[in-house]
Amino acid sequence: MSTLSRKGQLSRDEVAHLAHLARLAVTDEELDLFADQLAAVLDAVAQVGKAAVEDVPPTTHAVPMTNVVRPDVARPSLPRDVVLAGAPAAEDGRFRVPRILQEEA
Amino acid sequence: MSDLPSMNVDELQAALADGATSVDVTRAYLDRIAAADGELGAYLHVDPEAALARAAEMDSAGTRGTGLTGIPVALKDVVVTKGVPTTSGSKILEGWKPPYDATVAARLKAAGTVLLGKTNMDEFAMGSSTENSAYGVTRNPWDPQRIPGGSSGGSSAAVAGGLAPWAIGTDTGGSIRQPAALTGLVGHKPTYGSVSRYGLIAFSSSLDQAGPMARTVLDAALLHEAIGGYDPLDSTSIDAPLPVLAEAARRGAEGSLAGLRVGVVRELGGEGHADGYEDGVLTSFAAAVARLEAMGAEVREISCPAFDLALAAYYLIAPSEASSNLARFDGVRYGLRVGDDGARDLDEVMALTREQGFGPEVKRRIILGTYALSSGYYEAYYGQAQKVRTLISRDFSAAWDGGNGAGVDVLVSPTTPTVAFPLGARVDDPIAMYAADLCTLPASLAGVPAISVPCGLSEGLPVGFQIMAPALADDRCYRVAAALEAALTDERGDRGFLDQLAARAATTEGAA
Repeated sequence: MSTLSRKGQLSRDEVAHLAHLARLAVTDEELDLFADQLAAVLDAVAQVGKAAVEDVPPTTHAVPMTNVVRPDVARPSLPRDVVLAGAPAAEDGRFRVPRILQEEA
Repeated sequence: MSDLPSMNVDELQAALADGATSVDVTRAYLDRIAAADGELGAYLHVDPEAALARAAEMDSAGTRGTGLTGIPVALKDVVVTKGVPTTSGSKILEGWKPPYDATVAARLKAAGTVLLGKTNMDEFAMGSSTENSAYGVTRNPWDPQRIPGGSSGGSSAAVAGGLAPWAIGTDTGGSIRQPAALTGLVGHKPTYGSVSRYGLIAFSSSLDQAGPMARTVLDAALLHEAIGGYDPLDSTSIDAPLPVLAEAARRGAEGSLAGLRVGVVRELGGEGHADGYEDGVLTSFAAAVARLEAMGAEVREISCPAFDLALAAYYLIAPSEASSNLARFDGVRYGLRVGDDGARDLDEVMALTREQGFGPEVKRRIILGTYALSSGYYEAYYGQAQKVRTLISRDFSAAWDGGNGAGVDVLVSPTTPTVAFPLGARVDDPIAMYAADLCTLPASLAGVPAISVPCGLSEGLPVGFQIMAPALADDRCYRVAAALEAALTDERGDRGFLDQLAARAATTEGAA
């Protein structure tokens, strides 16, 4: 939070930080472009602050429902080979992922 | 059979009952696609052989001439289709063939329809012009230099151009209604929860709804009935019967609106709120309101003050939900993976994959959503937007309930502030692009049904009339839209709004 400046402003560094949090390897050109565009968008969306919302509950969802569950009955899942066929890399009947731990770790 | 692609679906049904085959009908659309889609760019995927094989199967099923058997349909590429490429307009899903059908696709299959193809769209449905597709622009059949609306712009161009009799779109903040309005179609966003979201590639889960885009109100109602209703596979699906829609459309077309109470929303183009609205749009809208009055409706102005904040609330809520939903595109389970050279770790590969796989608007919205949800800003942005959402719902409730009998049955507004704008006009200015959704956002945020029906032309381009109703009263939208449509069709003496486009094309060809 200390890396973010006051409301309605977004610096290039902040955009870079947010992009990192969102796992987007943005380019320098994109950082320049997005910082300007997002500052304008933030100005516009900051209008929500004008509303008098004391005692107003938030709406997360237009249809008020809670704890929707289906009957606890086992159903067949998709065949493994069919699902893996859509993956960028598979090995031994599993998704293959890039390494997760550093070599020194 | 050359006139098949200009038929309304009820006419196609009659033709099929009368001896035409689904193969004839399907081939007529495929020919039209082959001839016109090079210019329009409505489709991302068409498989003529598969479509004709399916049509032949329907012809031999023994149910030809009943229901929707043998009627072709196009699906927006956000709807997953088993074994048929589905991209949601994004490079990150290029080449992906889903292992299952969305409920909407499954129901249309069960009804006997023939899939013509998957239509172009703004990437992950984020946009109002279809220019954010990773696969190129789609052009408006009324003027190829203009946008077909978005995000369901491939569906709108396909139907308006006669490349599909009707199509499925999805609407998060206006993505069915706005492109329908800009191409002279009928487009309906159902009550949230009344059409299953199972198998729609999620953008903003609390807002996304699939719905029909069609040449006429009756066609839209028929398509809506085929896809709607409870689905246990969607945890937000409403377990209630769908209202009878086609019948509502037929009743509406009889022309009387006696006793109907109509509220014109002041904040959507009314006095003091007309900035950014084109005169031609407001003139056409006002004429349509007068027409409703002439059919017996009681019209009054209704103020919904919180609607002024709908755009701000929407562009916080939708990007926030999107930033979370799009986290699933991590280069592991489906789609693209970039930079997996053995030296890079998962985080780097993920960031490179998402950098190359997502376009600029998607990145902007992910960054904005990440910001709005971050600690210290959550209350001021996302939390505040959710409270504004409550205020918008309360404005709707106040309009329906009134006080002292002052309530209304439907609210109306223009569907969009302007007619279709030129390609490229707003791509570099997100705020200008977002303004295209100004009129459609309140119904999305409140989850209420809303329809757009053509009400005239301004500078030769279609203008849409929006009718909003209380949750689960979708039938009211169809009834009122059908009344307006019937009055305008009678006056012009044609079979529907799109006949004007066909007449224009005939004139142009004659002159050339």
